[in-house]
Amino acid sequence: MIKEFKSVKEIFGPLIFVERVENAAYNETVQIILPNGEKKRGQVLETSKGIAAVQIFGSSAGLDTKETRIRFTGETLSVPVSDEMLGRVFNGLGEPIDGGTPITAQRKLDVNGSAINPVARAELHNFIQTGVSTIDALNTLVRGQKLPIFSASGLPHNELAVQIARQATVQGQNEQFVVVFAAMGITHSEASFFMQDFEKTGALERSVLFLNFANDPSVERLVTPRIALTTAEYLAFEHDMQVLVILTDMTNYADALREVAAARQEVPGRRGYPGYMYTDLASIYERAGQIKGKKGSVTQIPILTMPDEDITHPIPDLTGYITEGQIVLDRDLHRKDTYPPVDVLPSLSRLMNQGIGAKKTREDHAGVSQQLYAAYAEGRSLRNLVAVVGEEALGEKDRKFLAFAEAFEKKFVQQGRNENRSIEDSLELGWQLLADIPETELKRVKPEYIQKYGAKYRKQ
Amino acid sequence: MGVISRVSGPLIEATGMRGNQINEIVKVGDLTLMGEIIALERDKASIQVYEDTSGLKPGEPVEGTGMPLCVELGPGLLGSVFDGIQRPLETIRSQQGDFIARGVYVNALDRNKKWDFKATAKEGDSVVPGDVLGEVKEYSIRHRILVPIGVSGKITSLKSGKFTIEETVAEIAGKKIIMLQCAAVRNPRAYKEKKHLEPPLITGKRIVDSFFPLAKGGTASIPGPFGSGKTVNQTDLAKYADAEIVVYVGCGERGNEMTEVLMQFPQLTDPRTKRPLMERTVLVANTSNMPVAAREASIYTGITLAEYYRDMGYDVALMADSTSRWAEAMREISGRMEEMPGEEGYPAYLGKKLAEFYERAGRITCLGSDERTGSISVVGAVSPAGGDLSEPVSQATLRVTKVFWALDANLSRRRHYPAINWLKSYSLYHSELREWFEKNVAPDFGELRTRAMTLLQKEAELQNIVQLVGPDALPEKERLVLEATKMLREDFLQQNSFVEEDAYTPLPKQYLMLKTILHYFDKANAALALEMPLAKIVSIKEKEDVARLKLVPPEEVEEKAKELMKAIDCSLEVKTHSTQ
Repeated sequence: MIKEFKSVKEIFGPLIFVERVENAAYNETVQIILPNGEKKRGQVLETSKGIAAVQIFGSSAGLDTKETRIRFTGETLSVPVSDEMLGRVFNGLGEPIDGGTPITAQRKLDVNGSAINPVARAELHNFIQTGVSTIDALNTLVRGQKLPIFSASGLPHNELAVQIARQATVQGQNEQFVVVFAAMGITHSEASFFMQDFEKTGALERSVLFLNFANDPSVERLVTPRIALTTAEYLAFEHDMQVLVILTDMTNYADALREVAAARQEVPGRRGYPGYMYTDLASIYERAGQIKGKKGSVTQIPILTMPDEDITHPIPDLTGYITEGQIVLDRDLHRKDTYPPVDVLPSLSRLMNQGIGAKKTREDHAGVSQQLYAAYAEGRSLRNLVAVVGEEALGEKDRKFLAFAEAFEKKFVQQGRNENRSIEDSLELGWQLLADIPETELKRVKPEYIQKYGAKYRKQ
Repeated sequence: MGVISRVSGPLIEATGMRGNQINEIVKVGDLTLMGEIIALERDKASIQVYEDTSGLKPGEPVEGTGMPLCVELGPGLLGSVFDGIQRPLETIRSQQGDFIARGVYVNALDRNKKWDFKATAKEGDSVVPGDVLGEVKEYSIRHRILVPIGVSGKITSLKSGKFTIEETVAEIAGKKIIMLQCAAVRNPRAYKEKKHLEPPLITGKRIVDSFFPLAKGGTASIPGPFGSGKTVNQTDLAKYADAEIVVYVGCGERGNEMTEVLMQFPQLTDPRTKRPLMERTVLVANTSNMPVAAREASIYTGITLAEYYRDMGYDVALMADSTSRWAEAMREISGRMEEMPGEEGYPAYLGKKLAEFYERAGRITCLGSDERTGSISVVGAVSPAGGDLSEPVSQATLRVTKVFWALDANLSRRRHYPAINWLKSYSLYHSELREWFEKNVAPDFGELRTRAMTLLQKEAELQNIVQLVGPDALPEKERLVLEATKMLREDFLQQNSFVEEDAYTPLPKQYLMLKTILHYFDKANAALALEMPLAKIVSIKEKEDVARLKLVPPEEVEEKAKELMKAIDCSLEVKTHSTQ
């Protein structure tokens, strides 16, 4: 029951208002046929008797209020999915752009998905080894978690993301992750960085890429992560795959959301972002998890650039309230040429405790991690004191902490872009660094573990 | 029967609604989605819809039910998990699968289960609303069946036996009484009178009980930026608070967190009754990706369930995590209705709604002739944007709650948990409860607390100086203060929820821990005055034992503390003739 109308009343940014419509459905997709025959897609944002507000995916250039035809499809936005999508590259609306054949759909799914029933969620406790010490040892990622990277312009978050995508394994099983990669508003050079890396390392075969470029219409960005997550859910829950979803850059997504809200003349919330941004972001981030009785899982690593490196900006702020922790990248570390520049102090993984310990990683993991953290925090705060009173004013013990912080950044945080450290290696490295601190100060690790794993004792 | 005229997200407008009432529940569209009328103008109604509205079209029907938003009350609530409009999530899962579908109508309570009803009143008794007719055993709770509001007179029939919640258990003045009741969620349930708040809600969290206590029937807010531990604190309170019933409302929060609660609570035991925690808990879970209008309702659903158990004469604790998400839900609906916005886009009535909600807390005399006392304590988490407490939800909440536990990102960054800032937090119940603590814990409890707080305050001042000149520049007496406050912070205030012995500290143990630390401080001061070197004072080995007091089992702590204080006396004794 497709209905077509030629009654465009108003075109305003990414919105078209169509008059004399017979009952358009909320959220239904429309086809927009330009006077020159070109076709575009759109979605109904608001519908009332006789008038519908349609958000257009793509540029509104070439639209007019005379000849443009709007065709209502009667369906909500859905995407064809198939496990053939692995190894393929799509645009932000899910259309192939790698020159390959169209996808034969196994299913056609609503991109908005449905909420997982909270009682159907499984408890998350499978450790994911990323090979990055600051994540594995100190901010452990578990299967089904959503752990964003809070970055800023000019920091190597993309490098870190591909490194994680390349190296992530579920420990012991050597089961590799399938990567669903959704890029929103990234530049062509960034995109080719990802593409080349994925191709070079062979990761492309087990990846699905959705690319919305910086010069693509921003409204499309609102759909890209949803298409990616619908695909991810399909692969995870119907094909039992372990799926890692990388979403970059959520800041561009939020800006697109703001753009549409402004065009609709909605009452703005903080910094002009709409009041429902929390709910909107949650409808993306909450699509991570594991379901009882199903083998697959969806793990999310969203990446966002904090405007002006301000962690209280609405985008990182609302994200932090929804996600299960955050990995924060730091400009100072980056300046010192430390890669990955992860500042472990504000970083956090809320699900870490569930994924570590005996049988999962190693019995001493929690203790070592807390000790490394505490010692580094101590060293960092001493740095401030040294700036005021000078290093000479410090006692011997304090100087050791100061030296520890330095060594921690140089050896533990710092690692190669292709360096894949096992969790044992990371913990070992931690013990080596802790060996330089007086044993009486190691209050966070059980003494028996010091005896068992401490660098000093193991050499003998 | 009305007709949809406009659809905008969770808000729809319908015409032909003359005669329908404000707050009436309606079935919207061909999918019969559940909605509530929130505004009326002539024959046009604004309706918030509790489910996703995708696919709704103008022209589809809207049907009134004649009922306001209600919850079902009766045996079977405990141990259940509901969504924001009291649909049982377990049942929905078994019927619909792992993802939540739309247009589902499921009874909140099991209609087939037979409960063993024991009559406690007698046939021929004259009863008034609120009187106890009998009880059924719901796990270890004696679930009292009360005379409903609007019913009074002689009991003409009453029998014990096995009944479903829809079967008649009694007849009063010709009216049949069943165990199932329905109650509108937006109106507070009736009670006789509000009472003075007296006993504290004991939580086993040292900083809460000793420093910033919450009275039974009181209200508290926990505002804090993300990662400061709101949810961990809330779940800890739900686990250990000495309430008989706990209602936990997960309002617009993470799905995986609800899963954690769901997995943990059946396995953890109540420290007092030794029964699984889930048996005293009702969960209302409306996670952040579930429909926003149902999130708005979830808070009311939760508090109405709490009131139901309060009316039986129980102490109920309600945790709402997070009230900010509830306020945001109101903001979203208000924005869609194009209401004139107040501060930061929140509706102008935000403060009123928050106040109304917190006013439903309290310690009350229940209806009925036996003068039962029940209470609801409310703890609301607040998630201020950017951690900035000047935002409207935090401010409106602070105006109506009496206890403020200020979560501090700096503390959590230093892994000091619970990350409650002792200088910013307050409890207005403190003076009211002081007498209770002195009578029931120890006569000098109030004094110890004041001294400890004064020291911590002093520490903050001294820290400013240390930042500039380093700790060695301070006089010895003040360095001793820093030593004592370090002990207060690390050995008393810090408490690890993940270590079994430490997670819950009974009041007498809290008192002894505090007393031991201050005892050390007093003796150390005396020793210092008699010129014992500071280095020696601060390095006595008993200090380590003070730190270990946390892990001493409660029944041994009295003896241990006594020994320890003696040992401290010995180690710090200065052998001169000037000591008497």
